[in-house]
Amino acid sequence: MTTAAPVRRTLRSRVAQLAELVATPLVPNDYVDLLDPLRNGSDLRARIVAVLPETRDAATLVLRPGRGWRGHVPGQYVRIGVDIDGVRQWRAYSVTASTATTVSITVKAIPDGVVSNHLVRTATPGIVVQLDQAAGGFVLPAARPGKALFVTAGSGITPVMGMLRASLAELTDVVWVHSAPTADDVIFAAEIRALPGVRLVEKHTDSDGMLSTDELLALVPDLAEREAWACGPAGMLDALEGWWPNDLLHTERFRPSVLVTGEGGTVSFARSGVSVQVEGATPLLDAGEAAGVLMPSGCRMGICFGCVLPLREGAVRDLRTGDITTAAVGDGVLIQTCVSAAAGPCDLDV
Amino acid sequence: MTAIQKKPDNAIAHLSPADIEELGRSLDAIREQVIGARGADDASYIRKVIDVQRSLELGSRAVLLFSLFPPAWLAGTAGLSIAKILENMEIGHNVMHGQWDWMRDPKIHSTTWEWDNATPSDMWKHSHNELHHAYTNVLGKDNDLGYGIMRVDEDQKWSPFYLGQPVYNFLNMLLFQYGIAAYDLEIGKYLKGRKDKPAFKRQVRGVLGKIKKQVTRDYLVHPLLSGPSALTTLGANVTANLVRNIWTHSVIMCGHFPEGVETFTKTSIDGETRGEWYLRQMLGAANISGGPALHMMTGNLSYQIEHHLFPDLPSNRYAEIAPQVEALFDTYGLNYVTGSFPKQLLSAWHKVFRLALPNDVMTQAAATVTELPDIAGRKAA
Repeated sequence: MTTAAPVRRTLRSRVAQLAELVATPLVPNDYVDLLDPLRNGSDLRARIVAVLPETRDAATLVLRPGRGWRGHVPGQYVRIGVDIDGVRQWRAYSVTASTATTVSITVKAIPDGVVSNHLVRTATPGIVVQLDQAAGGFVLPAARPGKALFVTAGSGITPVMGMLRASLAELTDVVWVHSAPTADDVIFAAEIRALPGVRLVEKHTDSDGMLSTDELLALVPDLAEREAWACGPAGMLDALEGWWPNDLLHTERFRPSVLVTGEGGTVSFARSGVSVQVEGATPLLDAGEAAGVLMPSGCRMGICFGCVLPLREGAVRDLRTGDITTAAVGDGVLIQTCVSAAAGPCDLDV
Repeated sequence: MTAIQKKPDNAIAHLSPADIEELGRSLDAIREQVIGARGADDASYIRKVIDVQRSLELGSRAVLLFSLFPPAWLAGTAGLSIAKILENMEIGHNVMHGQWDWMRDPKIHSTTWEWDNATPSDMWKHSHNELHHAYTNVLGKDNDLGYGIMRVDEDQKWSPFYLGQPVYNFLNMLLFQYGIAAYDLEIGKYLKGRKDKPAFKRQVRGVLGKIKKQVTRDYLVHPLLSGPSALTTLGANVTANLVRNIWTHSVIMCGHFPEGVETFTKTSIDGETRGEWYLRQMLGAANISGGPALHMMTGNLSYQIEHHLFPDLPSNRYAEIAPQVEALFDTYGLNYVTGSFPKQLLSAWHKVFRLALPNDVMTQAAATVTELPDIAGRKAA
């Protein structure tokens, strides 16, 4: 009996080896993906099972992840990759709900937001999207706080909704200050107004103006005694972080840095440990070589793709067309360095 | 051929530098138009081709498990041959050109793709994308002009070695994927001591590793899995690889060797402008006319001219822009070299035979070696 497991494992690995021999130069998964793209062992993907409108510009997408999904802690986000006009685009969204077989994300369409508008207005059930495992430390601690405060604005409501849907019963004293332009713009409005045991303060900024730190303190006089979680626009988070009286504030940002798409910028060649200031007309390939980085290169005219590298974060301009390509952390957008110049700070994976 | 600059009837003598730059701008506009239109339909096209190819390969290999039955052998061998051709041409060649990099799908990307061919993708990308596509038809720079074993241009110096070139070409056709690997290894350059030894050894290991995997799959594992059909499956796999070798070799011969394709002197590309580069690509390639099935099976290299102008545009778009490109040839009084597959193939083979002999053996060739001012001289004047 004790040998059964190893024998099965050996048999399994033999079959896997055989499959690899047959599949070369591809891997067996490339063929099995034809039949079942969501099975265990394939790249993680999810199927959209429902798109539920929340407000005029927000919707909840219910996703059924493939069997490689390892679950999430409420408050965490997932990155999803969607093909829009044939181009794979990755974005991060907070998980707002989950069941045994699904996770939900809630997306607010932002002006000119390629992905958010696609997800809110165009995506339909049945579509398969790329998915990454949940990540992020914006979660409630295992030892639940005695007194909690949530400060959110706009779509910043989403991670907090995820936390409270899962764990409200374990919290005793909750204050939640949420800002949105109007009452109609409040995502999950009916649900949060009915949450038992939560003191909810809604700020409708179109009529009430923006929430100030003084006002927040007036609304929550015992703020310093509360462990706090804040999620919203960068300006709000910057203000709160600069002002908060103690170290009990946790913040969550979806856009860690605003991309400056001007001409030129600081280019970091991450693995080479080199960072240089580069003009907007200099190809990144030339800049890297001048700085002594071992850059892959080829024809140097945009044809051969021998110079392609992942852009970990930043913005580049295609010197042939002027088009801007941007990447946020984790995107690893592959760019042709011989015809791309910095259009802001860039972090290259080389 | 004879380098265009040396011909008595220089096909570009009537174009001014301004004409050439204007031509370049028109071609840039065609390129922009395709890039602007590229989208979800193109992405689903390549994914569909990949799905069909993989399904066809799996299905054919499954059928071949029973290859003892002649109908199964025939169907399986035909299917596997087609699958292997699609994999190398419409998929592998084009993906490795970066034609689909814009989709940002790491599974369909020039930097991650590996193909079913003896030559590893990174070696092939260097010799093909960097050398051949940049130096297309430049004598002494583009080794695709005869692959270093043949003389396919009057301006390539004759030696008795070339008497055997019809035989070399025939053997290269039968063993094409190994021929490509040997070519990409630059064995000649290595033997002359002009190639780094450790790098060469590393490349040889890469090639041998790929050959070992392919041989194990096609000539060992798959036949063994076929049980009683082992020998017939082995035969089927040998046949499929042979069919692909012959087919791809033939298509590629039609790309640059038929009569009417121009070659260029080494010095003519010094300081070459974007317009001049385009012009060289226009004159340095030949198309094959035919229906959609032919275009698919050639990996759209039947649109060799369009491919050389825009090597990184998605292959499914070449058919759409071909009429616009041909119209530009007309406007500028240039010769759009095209013809049926048999015609182009015959023309290419004819050249291989003709140039096996020295130039002066053929009287018509003697007339074309007259020295004329080259393109650089003309520009200076």
